[in-house]
Amino acid sequence: MTNARLLPLFATIAIFMLALVICFIQFPNMFSTRVLGNLLTDNAYLGIVAVGMTVVILAGGIDLSVGSVIAFSGVFIAVVLRDTGLHPMVVFAMLLAITTAFGAAMGGLVHALVMPGFIVTLAGMFLARGAAYMLSIDSVPIQHEFYDVLQSYILLPGRGRLTLIGITMLVVFVIGMLIVHKTRFGTAVYAFGGGEATARLMGVRQGRVTVMIYAFSGFMAGLSGIVFSIYTGSGYSLATVGTELTAIAAVVIGGTLLTGGAGYMFGTFIGVLTMGLIQVYIVFDGTLSSWWTKIVIGALVLAFILLQKALLHLARRGNEVAYA
Amino acid sequence: MTYKTFLASTAIVALTTGGAFAQVIGFSQIGSESGWRAAETTLTRMEAEERGYDLRFSDAQQRQENQIAAIRSFVAQGVDAILLAPVVETGWDAVLEEAAEAEIPVILLDRMVDSSDDLYLTAVGSDLVHEGAVAGQWLVDTVAGEDCRVAELQGTTGSSPAIDRKTGFEQAIADHDNIEIVRSQTGDFTRSGGKTVMEGFLQAEGGGAGICAVYAHNDDMALGAIQAINEAGLKPGEDILVVSIDAVPDVFLAIANGEANATVELTPNMAGPAFDALEAYWADGTVPPKFIQTESTLYTQADDPQGEYDTRKDLGY
Repeated sequence: MTNARLLPLFATIAIFMLALVICFIQFPNMFSTRVLGNLLTDNAYLGIVAVGMTVVILAGGIDLSVGSVIAFSGVFIAVVLRDTGLHPMVVFAMLLAITTAFGAAMGGLVHALVMPGFIVTLAGMFLARGAAYMLSIDSVPIQHEFYDVLQSYILLPGRGRLTLIGITMLVVFVIGMLIVHKTRFGTAVYAFGGGEATARLMGVRQGRVTVMIYAFSGFMAGLSGIVFSIYTGSGYSLATVGTELTAIAAVVIGGTLLTGGAGYMFGTFIGVLTMGLIQVYIVFDGTLSSWWTKIVIGALVLAFILLQKALLHLARRGNEVAYA
Repeated sequence: MTYKTFLASTAIVALTTGGAFAQVIGFSQIGSESGWRAAETTLTRMEAEERGYDLRFSDAQQRQENQIAAIRSFVAQGVDAILLAPVVETGWDAVLEEAAEAEIPVILLDRMVDSSDDLYLTAVGSDLVHEGAVAGQWLVDTVAGEDCRVAELQGTTGSSPAIDRKTGFEQAIADHDNIEIVRSQTGDFTRSGGKTVMEGFLQAEGGGAGICAVYAHNDDMALGAIQAINEAGLKPGEDILVVSIDAVPDVFLAIANGEANATVELTPNMAGPAFDALEAYWADGTVPPKFIQTESTLYTQADDPQGEYDTRKDLGY
């Protein structure tokens, strides 16, 4: 049984390895510390938001608001820094409080109204995007000198850059793994994904956990927004449209069951890197339409859904045999 | 050992098949949201091919994060130059610095960024005020001192092309008291907007008798206005002169039919001047000016409109 659970993760790693081999054969010069650094930097905001998304999906929910929350965060930071003399760290704390509370409120609604997360977070998506527009329609540059510190990097041999935001993503993934696999909250998340009955049997306090799950995702979306503002050095209300869907795709390609209950945080990390690698490959090639990124990701997501279905089917047949 | 030989031989094969000294140029395009942009992409590819460059094209699908990632990949690839049509003004400092440190020249196409101008080699773009002035000057020359009451179809209120094209036109007619803008309203850069607003103008001006010319901020609105003039029983191009800006293929058909009189080109060929600047820079280090203004060519009925239509119709407009 354990083997079947690990199979999607192995598939994720195998696909990543395959992608690496294809890249290596076609573009040997792609293997530089520069590309490695880019892969971490360019996908930092996506990786962080995918950590939150993994938790929500493991619990059988979904959070469609995160892309808009990232955009809101960027605009909020840029506007507050422009109009007040506050230090960025203070602004970050304010922002994380707002986005976490926003997530918690959505979680509260999901529980109290017994509504699917899909609906509640869809409303949240429009709310957050609208709030970003209210703050500013134009893109707002961030000129605070502290941002120069945040944009710093370690120069790797071979002129690659390990940026602060790239490191942040790695740290967030490690924390995400610890939370999901080593805490009571993590156990409750898996129990939730296994169905409400399971959760009740395990004595999970549903309301509290639901609020915590969406609050966690809200916090990660806020953190991702901070990273995105460091990445672009500005706030723009039209940024990261559709990022919630990219994050969901990364979680699925990472081998997590879309209906919840099974999956690994590490898989999501590989999923994010795989998607980043596809993008780099298409730019390196330079003749393929960049829409191929979407086509390949679509095909991978479909493949994983089919794989999960097949595993479920096999497991059920196995059970029937056992009962017979 | 064998492994290294394998690598070396693949590298040699790659070099010989790709043309020994082809310059590699990365082009990060915003997307393909309008016909004009599609034409810009097509012309950039054509220019690159003519000059024997190896163009790496990346469509950002309107997302800045895609553009930043693409530029980083171009730098990692070690391209010889980067063309960038930025989707938004802000947020380019870090990635442009990275390109500058790798000593890869970056040229901006048709839109500007708010970064310091030593982070890019030059920017190629059109001067919107000048476009309006060219249209205004054409009208001044055409009416040659006779009185002319002008109806103006403005672009989207508050947008920079609308503001600049209005300013330029007004500057050109400022010293000519015979020309006066009597009606001015926004048609939102659309064909239907131009038609609706023009219908209103015609009714207000005695069925069109009071208007001698229409100045539209883009061709689409002019095409709408032509329809309205036809429906009012007047002859566009004769009873009412029509001048507009952009030079999209359809307006050349109207000019060929005698229904429109003149258009000012907003050229989608930004890559041509960009490549010229690059070649001079590579040849002897000539540093181009920070802004290269593209030509705003005027096309009238005397400039083979049918031929102009034929050369443009396949560019993707």
